[in-house]
Amino acid sequence: MNEHFHVLVIGAGPAGISAAVRAAESGGHVGLLDDNPAAGGQIWRKGASLPKTARMWLARLNAASVERLHGWHVFGSPTSGVLFAERTGLASPAAEQADFIELNYDKLILATGARERFLPFPGWTLPNVMGAGGLDAMVRGGLRIKGKRIVVAGTGPLLLAVAAHLAHRGTQILAICEQAPLSRLRPFAMRLLTQPGKVAQGIGLRIATRGTHFYTGCWPVAATGRGRLESVTLQRRGKQWELPCDYLACGYHLVPNLELPRLLGCGIHEGFVTTDKWQQTSIPGVLCAGEPTGIGGVELAIVEGQIAGLAATGRVEKADDLIQKRTRGQRFVRALREAFELDPRLRALPSAETLVCRCEDVPFGVLRDYTSARDAKLHTRCGMGACQGRICGAATEFVFGWAMDSMRPPILPASLSTLAATGVGGAHDPSNTTSNQNRRDTL
Amino acid sequence: MHEHAHKSDTPAITLTVNGAAVSVAPGTTVAAAILISGSPTRISVTGKPRAPLCGMGICFECRASINGFAHRRSCQILCESGMDVRTL
Repeated sequence: MNEHFHVLVIGAGPAGISAAVRAAESGGHVGLLDDNPAAGGQIWRKGASLPKTARMWLARLNAASVERLHGWHVFGSPTSGVLFAERTGLASPAAEQADFIELNYDKLILATGARERFLPFPGWTLPNVMGAGGLDAMVRGGLRIKGKRIVVAGTGPLLLAVAAHLAHRGTQILAICEQAPLSRLRPFAMRLLTQPGKVAQGIGLRIATRGTHFYTGCWPVAATGRGRLESVTLQRRGKQWELPCDYLACGYHLVPNLELPRLLGCGIHEGFVTTDKWQQTSIPGVLCAGEPTGIGGVELAIVEGQIAGLAATGRVEKADDLIQKRTRGQRFVRALREAFELDPRLRALPSAETLVCRCEDVPFGVLRDYTSARDAKLHTRCGMGACQGRICGAATEFVFGWAMDSMRPPILPASLSTLAATGVGGAHDPSNTTSNQNRRDTL
Repeated sequence: MHEHAHKSDTPAITLTVNGAAVSVAPGTTVAAAILISGSPTRISVTGKPRAPLCGMGICFECRASINGFAHRRSCQILCESGMDVRTL
């Protein structure tokens, strides 16, 4: 199957939805692709009451003329202006449905969002140790947790939101452990006062989690249990104590999903995609909006998405108000980064036996002898498993200071039949040749 | 232990995980159904049980065989009646 779009948007979270809605106003053929079964991204996930902003944008999307491709993921780009996507869900056995599609575009908007950063510590691979957003997503996806005892830990504003939601679902939140010290969080709270919408959010969360221990400068140093989590050891000010629990929801803020921007060759500075005033990346015709340009939350993502949607359809004159809102949102990006900067002591969490690469089971003790992600990958298979370094890459970047290795197609696992049919990842794949070229350049 | 879907007024979906029947509410992901069944989602390359970490299609800990389609990210797929889920 082969389709052409005037504007193709990758990622159906707040940035992607707002980009697609504004682009569709132009009357052109707009596509919106996402690997999840429904629109909303991670933050507007179904399974709980959605905020008014979310309902409004989802309604606008439903009313807009946008071709929706849910349950598909992009795995390669054979040439400029073309992407290949494979089905994430299952093909219907009744129909002769294609497993992959070729997507042609005039303009591409990357709204690939962010994922949680995970840091390895003893026991983090045990079942029921999940991300903070991870457990929240699983619960919204039907996991039953009523009456369960939960420790929420890590860093970032997500911890409070997750704790509030899980408490609302009838769980017992034993503790919320924020690694940042209180001294760093106070100025953050002051900055929030200039952002009324966010203050209201914060107050609501505090009420919902009343009665829960909220520790700052505190983090889990170990998780133990036979076959699944039974207990977490927490540390604060040199003191350690053990807390029996059913789930540990632990995530260290967010890192952007950069696999596709990197595959396409978009310029990246200090871990984020660089964009100009109109969300245009360094690659002509490729725009980027939301978390990949800087972790700034829903409101900024919606503003950037709209600017990208308008710019991609040549209507920048409608974006004046949005540009001012974006400037305010970018102050929030800096405030977040400063408040939730990781404590360097978290680098010492893994023991020699702690697995760092969960796909290939590569322990910390083996990895610490290497000097780069590439070196470690070639000798230990770290980052070569199914997730392709999506989890361990952010960990080794923080723990060892290793830069992410180069991105090669397919950027997500694809079936052999799809690879054979598309040629992605093979000797004749031009994007692969580019990656090889880059690799030679960096060696 | 067999658990019933928590909302009795919504029709439950019944599927099998490693041959055992599991009933879940509509909108439940296959990953959640696997955990409800009591099974890990996969066994790691050194033989350890694993369950979902990220819940959003990034970590691949939840991959399972669904209706014969191997290595599917079960957290990205919703349960359907009669689904045959096999953990790896």
